[in-house]
Amino acid sequence: MIQVQNLRKVFGSKVAVDDVSFTVEKGQVLGFLGPNGAGKSTSMRMVTGYFRPTAGSISIGGVNMLEEPELAKRSIGYLPENAPLYSDMTVASFLGFCAEMRGLNGAAKSKAIDRVLDLCFLHKVRNQSVDTLSKGYRHRTCFAQSIIHDPDVLILDEPTDGLDPNQKHEIRGMIKRMGQSKAIIFSTHILEEVEAACTRAIIIDRGKVIADGTPDQLKKLVPGCHTMDEVFRSITRSDLEK
Amino acid sequence: MKSRDLANTLAIFKREFLSYFNSPVLYVIVVIYLLASMGFAFFFGRFLESDNASLTQSFFFWHPWIYIVLAPAVGMRMWSEEHRLGTIELLMTMPLSPWQAIIGKFVAAALVWAIGLALTFSIVITVCWLGDPDPGPMVTGYVASYLYALGCLAVTSAASAYTRSQVVCFIVSVALCILLTLIGYPGIVDTVVRTVPDSLESVVRFVSYLSFMDHFYEMSKGIFVIRDVLYFVSVIIVGLVVTDMGLRSKRA
Repeated sequence: MIQVQNLRKVFGSKVAVDDVSFTVEKGQVLGFLGPNGAGKSTSMRMVTGYFRPTAGSISIGGVNMLEEPELAKRSIGYLPENAPLYSDMTVASFLGFCAEMRGLNGAAKSKAIDRVLDLCFLHKVRNQSVDTLSKGYRHRTCFAQSIIHDPDVLILDEPTDGLDPNQKHEIRGMIKRMGQSKAIIFSTHILEEVEAACTRAIIIDRGKVIADGTPDQLKKLVPGCHTMDEVFRSITRSDLEK
Repeated sequence: MKSRDLANTLAIFKREFLSYFNSPVLYVIVVIYLLASMGFAFFFGRFLESDNASLTQSFFFWHPWIYIVLAPAVGMRMWSEEHRLGTIELLMTMPLSPWQAIIGKFVAAALVWAIGLALTFSIVITVCWLGDPDPGPMVTGYVASYLYALGCLAVTSAASAYTRSQVVCFIVSVALCILLTLIGYPGIVDTVVRTVPDSLESVVRFVSYLSFMDHFYEMSKGIFVIRDVLYFVSVIIVGLVVTDMGLRSKRA
């Protein structure tokens, strides 16, 4: 479903993403790991068509993102970092707007809204203004937006960031359930999440892919390390170092 | 494809238009606009004392000065708010072309101004009640006034695409609108023409021809020339193209 080849992004003189390639098929959940500033968000922004890559190719369900962006974007649901929302709308009207942008109208639109309100446990805040939502609700509202058109491809940038343990658990479960029928990429700092929800993981550091495999394979990557945490810390460099 | 393009533009327009009415800023601006346009007409324009059944000198004359400040106040949230909230990332990853969003937003702001301008109807009633005005200049005056507002809004749209701060957008847009107004202001142009050597006069005339004022002035007097309308249409197109460039540069 998602094919990314030799992706590269340069901002001025800084190389943010350098020669990243991966594919994700239906039924796979790919975890994107890496320290802050490693290029995770930049990669995801290119895959979703927000940033234009400096070089490389992106294909979503066989459609080239760079040549036919509007068509390719149709099959993607995207949760950006920090879950941005229009603060002057209610949850239901925001989701209605997103449904319309996805070509859903009339009965199909209200059905889609009800479905995601159910899935993301948002019924209680349905008519509440986005401005007054707590962080967990904001996150779930933005998540609801990303699945409103039941996309084949789901790209989630730190979907559990800032949530409490219950909410994290719920989102992880949701990712795992949806991963059975969709191609999903999600980025995270939380390594146990990778083991809990991913079928495969990629570790990125300073723009480059430095490890790629199933969570079990990654754990055995470095001799003497037994947990993801130890592996992660031994192969990535902290930005505190010079 | 065509109907889908239109549906996207409409969805953007609807959201944007409704969001104006959810914010107190709009009501404040419309009230200030009505107070200012009427206040100028009655106190400075000497609408009643001039004993003249026309709106040109007393009413429309002041509009550019009001728009310079108020049009950017309406339009400043157009794109800077999207940048600030990060919703631009949502919008630009949805299946629509940036143009559908740019036009949808611009039309929403334009309709808001149409409502503001329509609310000045009372002065039309007054002038018809008291005298026997010529409807021609009144119609062209309204068209000129509206086009002036749209020109200012297009400038604001372009400025807002480049910044996440509404304040920066407001100040830059006001400055640009003042510039585009003053370079064609008759008093200023005449002074400049008198001081520069004769050889440069055509340059000064050309620059003044690029200003909003030059085209507004003729139209507000009742001389409806398609050239002036085309001028404002091209200002709007340029403003929206620059908006598109700004949005592109942010995503580059």
